[in-house]
Amino acid sequence: MKAVFLSGSIVGSKTKTAISYAMNKLKQAYPEIETVLLDLAEYNVQFSDGRNYLDYSGDTKYVTETLMSADAIIIGTPIFQASIPGTLKNVFDLLPVNAFRDKVVSMIITAGSAKHYLIPEQQLKPVLAYMKAQIIQTYVFIEEVDFHLKEIVNDDVLFRIDRLIEDTVVLTETYRKIREAQEAKYDF
Amino acid sequence: MKQFRINPENGLEFGLYTLGDHLPNPATGERISAKQRLDEIIELAKLADEAGIDFFSVGESHQEYFTTQAHSVVLSAIAQATEKIKIASSSTIISTLDPVRVYEDFATIDLISGGRAEIIAGRASRVGNFELLGYDLQDYEELFEEKFDLLLQINQKDVINWSGKYRAPLNNAKVLPRPLNGSMPIWRAVGGHPASAVKAGYAGVPIFLASLGGPVSIFKRTIDSYRTALTEAGYDPLQFPVATAGFFYLAETTQQAQRDTYPSINEGMQHTNGRGYPKQHFAQGASPRDVMNIGSPQEVIEKILYQHEMYGHQRYIAQMDFGGIPFTKLRKNIELIGEEVLPAIRKYTAKQESE
Repeated sequence: MKAVFLSGSIVGSKTKTAISYAMNKLKQAYPEIETVLLDLAEYNVQFSDGRNYLDYSGDTKYVTETLMSADAIIIGTPIFQASIPGTLKNVFDLLPVNAFRDKVVSMIITAGSAKHYLIPEQQLKPVLAYMKAQIIQTYVFIEEVDFHLKEIVNDDVLFRIDRLIEDTVVLTETYRKIREAQEAKYDF
Repeated sequence: MKQFRINPENGLEFGLYTLGDHLPNPATGERISAKQRLDEIIELAKLADEAGIDFFSVGESHQEYFTTQAHSVVLSAIAQATEKIKIASSSTIISTLDPVRVYEDFATIDLISGGRAEIIAGRASRVGNFELLGYDLQDYEELFEEKFDLLLQINQKDVINWSGKYRAPLNNAKVLPRPLNGSMPIWRAVGGHPASAVKAGYAGVPIFLASLGGPVSIFKRTIDSYRTALTEAGYDPLQFPVATAGFFYLAETTQQAQRDTYPSINEGMQHTNGRGYPKQHFAQGASPRDVMNIGSPQEVIEKILYQHEMYGHQRYIAQMDFGGIPFTKLRKNIELIGEEVLPAIRKYTAKQESE
């Protein structure tokens, strides 16, 4: 199993902080699982121009290929202008339709205001569903006040991330078994 | 239909096509050499010719896992090796080639083959050719439309005056040699979406429709849109042939056919497109109402006839060599096509003498 942690913004530190915590948590709890951190701030990703993802080069190719090779993707994203950041949407646009087929996707959201709570529900989940992801329905929503000096200081948030990681691993393994059982019936 | 060398009296034409993919055999993980793959493609065309198959075409893809980038060179070898079979490209990516040069090549192949060459021009699904050949992907659509239009004009006129954005102008230019009978059939390759087919309809150009998987009824919509566009543009749809292209494979039972092909198609698509073929979709491909012609000879014959009834098309071309299928299996398929498929589809689709 391969879990890719995607930090979907190129500015700020909160999403990176939360996604790094989540990745370390998964590594501790499940050392056998391969993990990759994709912090978009560290890559020069071009805008999607509609080509097949294999036809990009450099960082863009690396980011898309890494996501396509994942079994589970944990997306971390801030909320910008009452929506997901353009950098994250661009990653979706770079990938093929059905890119998340047979993949489990979970979400960690950082936001400046509790008023943004339903934005992932209304704007991120429909994209993931369109791309055929198996979605962990409950996401972790983290506010400004939960951070201090690039650390999460609210135990409730930490416990919720721990549960999200466990749910992500459990669903990925369960879904794999379901798929294998289903495919075994086809006899080809 | 005559200018496209199609005689509707003969019924549905049956052809083979290869993308020239060069992929490992999933059963062994091993890949034959590029030379062997090219030899086998030429041999396949020869066997197809001997079996009475109507048409054979070779595609052009400029990236890893392909070996017929110089598809017109391969076609010229096939022209030499065969006698009766029609030969074409599937497709020529005209966007990143010079239409003058393409026409010279194919007119030459037409002469070598004794009037058997055709061009199917497309836009490419993978776009490695743009960077490799020095074109800007931003011009994807304009490049195709301009160059395809020039190609059509060269086919229609012995002396050409032309100017455009992506190529030097032509002043009283003669593009030589001319094909054996003055012109060649030129088709537009279209994907499943109606938009491209509609453009072909407005331009009065016959279409090759790629249909790898999914319900026949969906592809019928694209064909219907094409014919509507032809009518709107003042053409008679009865004068324009439609061809479809898709996966094909015969074995004793459908299950055996699926077992023989699924790993090749799944892993082949993973290599060439970056996504495998979902098993659930592939399983649905066995439905009589799905375009995928993979099964026992009897089932596949019935599917082809059903598709013919739905589409009223003039040519079906089969892709059976994708993803490293061993040559012995291809040879066996050609035998079955010659012995069972061709007689059946000709019997049911050709105009009877009494009619």
